[in-house]
Amino acid sequence: MAEIVLEGVTKRYPDGSLAVRDVDLEIADGEFVILVGPSGCGKSTTLNMIAGLEDITEGTLRIGGQVVNDLAPKERDVAMVFQSYALYPHMSVRENMGFPLRLAKVDKATIDRKVEEAARVLDLVEFLDRKPANLSGGQRQRVAMGRAIVRDPKAFLMDEPLSNLDAKLRVQMRTQISRIQRRLGTTTVYVTHDQTEAMTLGDRVVVMRQGLVQQVGTPAELYDMPRNLFVAGFIGSPAMNFVQASLTPDTLRTPLGDLPLDDRMRRELERRDAPREVIVGLRPEAFEDASLARDTGGPAVTVTVDVLESLGSDAYVHFSAEGGPVSTAELEELASDSGLADTGAGGNQQIVARLDAATRAREGQPIELRVDLGKAHVFDPSNGTNLTHPES
Amino acid sequence: MAAAGRSHATRWGVVNVVVVLYALFPVWWIVALSFKTPSTLTDGSYIPTDWTWENYKGIFQTSEFTRALINSIGIALIATVIAVILGTMAAYAVARLRFPGKQLLIGMSLLIAMFPPISLVSPLFNIERSIGIFDTWPGLIIPYMTFSLPLAIYTLSAFFREIPWDLEKAAKVDGATPAQAFRLVIVPLAAPGVFTTAILVFIFCWNDFLFAISLTSTESARTVPAAIAFFTGSSQFQQPTGSIAAAAVVITVPIIIFVLLFQRRIVAGLTSGAVKG
Repeated sequence: MAEIVLEGVTKRYPDGSLAVRDVDLEIADGEFVILVGPSGCGKSTTLNMIAGLEDITEGTLRIGGQVVNDLAPKERDVAMVFQSYALYPHMSVRENMGFPLRLAKVDKATIDRKVEEAARVLDLVEFLDRKPANLSGGQRQRVAMGRAIVRDPKAFLMDEPLSNLDAKLRVQMRTQISRIQRRLGTTTVYVTHDQTEAMTLGDRVVVMRQGLVQQVGTPAELYDMPRNLFVAGFIGSPAMNFVQASLTPDTLRTPLGDLPLDDRMRRELERRDAPREVIVGLRPEAFEDASLARDTGGPAVTVTVDVLESLGSDAYVHFSAEGGPVSTAELEELASDSGLADTGAGGNQQIVARLDAATRAREGQPIELRVDLGKAHVFDPSNGTNLTHPES
Repeated sequence: MAAAGRSHATRWGVVNVVVVLYALFPVWWIVALSFKTPSTLTDGSYIPTDWTWENYKGIFQTSEFTRALINSIGIALIATVIAVILGTMAAYAVARLRFPGKQLLIGMSLLIAMFPPISLVSPLFNIERSIGIFDTWPGLIIPYMTFSLPLAIYTLSAFFREIPWDLEKAAKVDGATPAQAFRLVIVPLAAPGVFTTAILVFIFCWNDFLFAISLTSTESARTVPAAIAFFTGSSQFQQPTGSIAAAAVVITVPIIIFVLLFQRRIVAGLTSGAVKG
């Protein structure tokens, strides 16, 4: 059990490329922190540096108050779960789980006791004498977890431990990991590219992009107050909608219609001396079917429904806004990472609204939507900063 | 359809028989010769008319052959063990580490394999004479090792490459030193590869004639293939053909047994390297 502190941690490869730039992060004892970002953002490199599998070029890394920059992985007392599980194929489940203890020269009886205990927690007792090749994906994943927990390490490091599982199992294992972590109270750093995993598992989430930390915060903070366009577009599913807008003293002129600025927005925008052309970000739930709206405040826009997806609990209404799609470096990176760039959704900007299931929206029919400006964000297109973020 | 299948099978059967006969005919010829008596040796029949064990008894009565057999076994085994140990470590480095001069190392080892051994025999002869290892076990072990190492490195590095790197990382995080990770995780997984390599290297050393004949002068280090060349008949009027044939059969047998015993291992090793986590 220990806190992990990164101070100005940087990874530069021999060819000069920077994988991780100047990361400052304090992970409290017992905290569950998620590193999330698209592939190549430096999250795995950061984790490997904490594990000691990659050298730290600059900065200091402290685990439990001790500077461990130059310590070998074995001296750091951390356990790691790999995406490939990395089970030793020639050893049985029992031997796999006992391997760290065997290396630590723990006596045989203690090893047996601890392995059995972990196996009980993970529901692996009947598989203890099998080889990994004879286990299913989910069982292998649990063995990998078991190998980490038998040691009672200072910290768990997990590198996309669930991404090789199918969707249903992933959800189950997610809950199980969460439960085990709470029970053991071990500091955990968890790497994933899946923002749903990040939002559901973490006490705090670190969003990274191109080796830089974009924002650190609780899932709710990231969702409600993204610091920039990248975090805004990355967190949330369906993703935040973005439209071009021109800023006048008291309205935002968007292809959807004019949205009057409220006091909060006006104040923040003035304080930051916002440019004339901005990007407005609206979460799908910022829209509401006007005919079902409880309060009548807020501006309304009328749009034509392209596609209606009814999920029973909610209805997703897709429509397009005039004018080309919003394009910035951040959004393009997000699109290419999620594969959206390949779906050919060019042309007009596509917008998704999450409406109450009782909506009377019909495909091809116009519908009036009320916009909750309290949930709107305004971004500077040049650098992606959220101009309506209360602190930055 | 069935008829077509049958004629297809027949065609394959015929081809197989022809190939097997073609490959085994010289072997049978030697075996037949080894069982013939001196008088029937040149009768040209494929099956000995007059079976005898005399040739086998004969070669085991002289130290010429028995001593050579001991040399052969000792030299081939020692060379194999050293080549496999060095090869395993070198192959691991080649497969896993990035170090300056790696390409050069790979190139050099390939270069050794490309040199026709005959071109190196005279220099080796002179070197060994001047440093005093001519006609000794090390005098053969060292060149065997040298020439089989490229083979060992190539085969083994292919195996090492197939072992997921994550396993070593996992071992390191689990608290293994690099040496422990290598010994407890990598080597057991590469075992089929190590085995295959060992057998190939052993066969190379066992069968070599060129170095054996050039770098030895007495019984003290002469291996069987070379010793056979020095066989004489029991009198000067007698051809040693029968003894040569018997000796050839005797040294072929261990190889055949080896390959039959480990056939499955070799094939499994060559094809799968099955290390899927």
